[in-house]
Amino acid sequence: MRCLKKLFQRTKITLELLDHLERLALVDFRNWEGVRRLEKAVEFAEQLHAVNTDGVEPMESVLEDRHLYLREDNISEGNHAEELLKKAAKTVEGYFIAPPGNIPLPKVEERNTFLHREDS
Amino acid sequence: MAGKMLRASLREISAALKKGHVSSTELCQKCLSLIKTTKFLNAYITVTEDIALKQAQASEERYRQGQPLGDLDGVPVAVKDNFSTAGIETTCASKMLKGYIPPYNATVVQKLLDQGAVLLGKTNLDEFAMGSGSTDGAFGPVRNPWSYSRQYKGKCAPTSCAQPEDASWLITGGSSGGSAAAVSSFTCFAALGSDTGGSTRNPASLCGVVGLKPTYGLISRYGLIPLVNSMDVPGILTRCVDDAAAMLGVLGGHDPKDSTTVQDPFCPFQLPNLIDMKNFCIGVPKEYSAAGLSSEILAVWSRAADLFEKAGAKVMEVSLPHTAYSIVCYHVLCAADVASNMARFDGLEYGHRSSADQSTEALIAATRREGFNDVVRGRILSGNYFLLKQNYDNYFIKAQKVRRLIATDFAKLFRSGVDILLTPTTLNQAMSYHEFIKEDNRTRSAQDDIFTQAANMAGLPAVSVPSALSGKGLPIGLQFIGRAFHELQLLMVARWFEKQVQFPVLDLEGIMDPLDTVSHQEKSAFFS
Repeated sequence: MRCLKKLFQRTKITLELLDHLERLALVDFRNWEGVRRLEKAVEFAEQLHAVNTDGVEPMESVLEDRHLYLREDNISEGNHAEELLKKAAKTVEGYFIAPPGNIPLPKVEERNTFLHREDS
Repeated sequence: MAGKMLRASLREISAALKKGHVSSTELCQKCLSLIKTTKFLNAYITVTEDIALKQAQASEERYRQGQPLGDLDGVPVAVKDNFSTAGIETTCASKMLKGYIPPYNATVVQKLLDQGAVLLGKTNLDEFAMGSGSTDGAFGPVRNPWSYSRQYKGKCAPTSCAQPEDASWLITGGSSGGSAAAVSSFTCFAALGSDTGGSTRNPASLCGVVGLKPTYGLISRYGLIPLVNSMDVPGILTRCVDDAAAMLGVLGGHDPKDSTTVQDPFCPFQLPNLIDMKNFCIGVPKEYSAAGLSSEILAVWSRAADLFEKAGAKVMEVSLPHTAYSIVCYHVLCAADVASNMARFDGLEYGHRSSADQSTEALIAATRREGFNDVVRGRILSGNYFLLKQNYDNYFIKAQKVRRLIATDFAKLFRSGVDILLTPTTLNQAMSYHEFIKEDNRTRSAQDDIFTQAANMAGLPAVSVPSALSGKGLPIGLQFIGRAFHELQLLMVARWFEKQVQFPVLDLEGIMDPLDTVSHQEKSAFFS
């Protein structure tokens, strides 16, 4: 756990943050290598702060000076439900099937995928 | 004759088909047979043999009746496996989409089929196009055909020479490495790639083919599985600049299904035969003499600038002060878009589904854990980090501001009278797989996209043209960047340059022997 503390001090990455990111992303870090990958990615991004952007507007798209095409609001396609449902692994009577919803991921300590002990 | 036939350009083969010198079926069979012979390249994830032969027969019938659909009728092409193809598996080289069969065609694929092109298969890539080596896909790395060339083997010691079974083979670059390898090894006449940070131009450069990244908004992205929506463009890989122009003519133009394609009329063009350089102003950005640029590529770049100057073009050193930040800017914007774009892969509607069933969230988490590789999961997590409420302004908005500075640098130059920028495409020639994987994907992407990424930030058209062979006998590409929607001007300059350098034809000694041999062109006039 000592190396863990050192890592957290250096990058402001906390266990709570890792937990939060895993819940948001619905992707797990898998192992400490995954955490180090995030740490390196954040470190790399810091270089942005060397650029002076005072008074610069953020740029979302290179087509910002044009009106994007809007089609008429008419139905041009449809009735593909059957074909689309075939792409799903599980369906019943025209519905996609999901396991029970509104159940958050288990707490960190109960999550068996969370940062495998053998990797730390 | 077959070998020569396969080495023809798209325009030559199109003329041969029209004149009946070769039939669509015969041509298709030859390509399929070469795909089998070169299987060790791992350029294709799916070879659509039956479909291709059916398409070729239909094409042959159209020629018989004197009613071909267009210049591409009967021409074998390949498509990167991140474009949706109706009825044909589309995997993005990911376990997540293994077995996924799209119900519709990407617009660019449809346009090729409408012209009568014969689709040979789907080409290999880095998983979800995230990479610069074509080494990080679920179906294994792509091998650079030049590893097996007479040119390369002749230059290296017999013991270190690449044989199909050994391990010293070279990477293709990426992420459209499968498409570049397919075009380079003569298994198809043109291929679609995609380009978000250099993914078409980078492998084109390392595989000695032409790689065109068109202006953002000129070609439809409908059906291209997205990486970064504001930067992705379909890319074109061919063996010469004329062919790239021909492909662009088929693919360009507004698509009602992609609101980010512009509505300005697009006129397909042929490049003029005589091009006078006197009226061109070529800018050479000084920031591109970056640390790490190989001295050989620097020399080729500098000779190219001299060539333009001697031909009467105005060549001037220019500055793009913010270009150095395009990689870090891309690092943040790409991760943010990936975090959002990958949210669609939840295991419920299509693609891989885990057996976890405690809850919907557990199912989604397990599906994504099983389906994505480390690179993709890493970008999703860092993207979510950059987009956190407390980080949003500091990283995401900051990167968008830097993006504007990068784009403005280009706009200023083009306003000042510069027509075309001339730069290297990559820092180095192709390296061996073992050398390449010593660094991680993020580090490699940062190195390899350094000259190509900025054009995506600004949405500009850019093309990599094979320029010379290195001392090791490997291709070196140079990049031309043009004004938005000025593909004609860009490709005119690229074609003029191509004619000057006379880049040698890849000699796949032994591999293509069964097909036939071709006269060896030892060195290009440019290189000697």
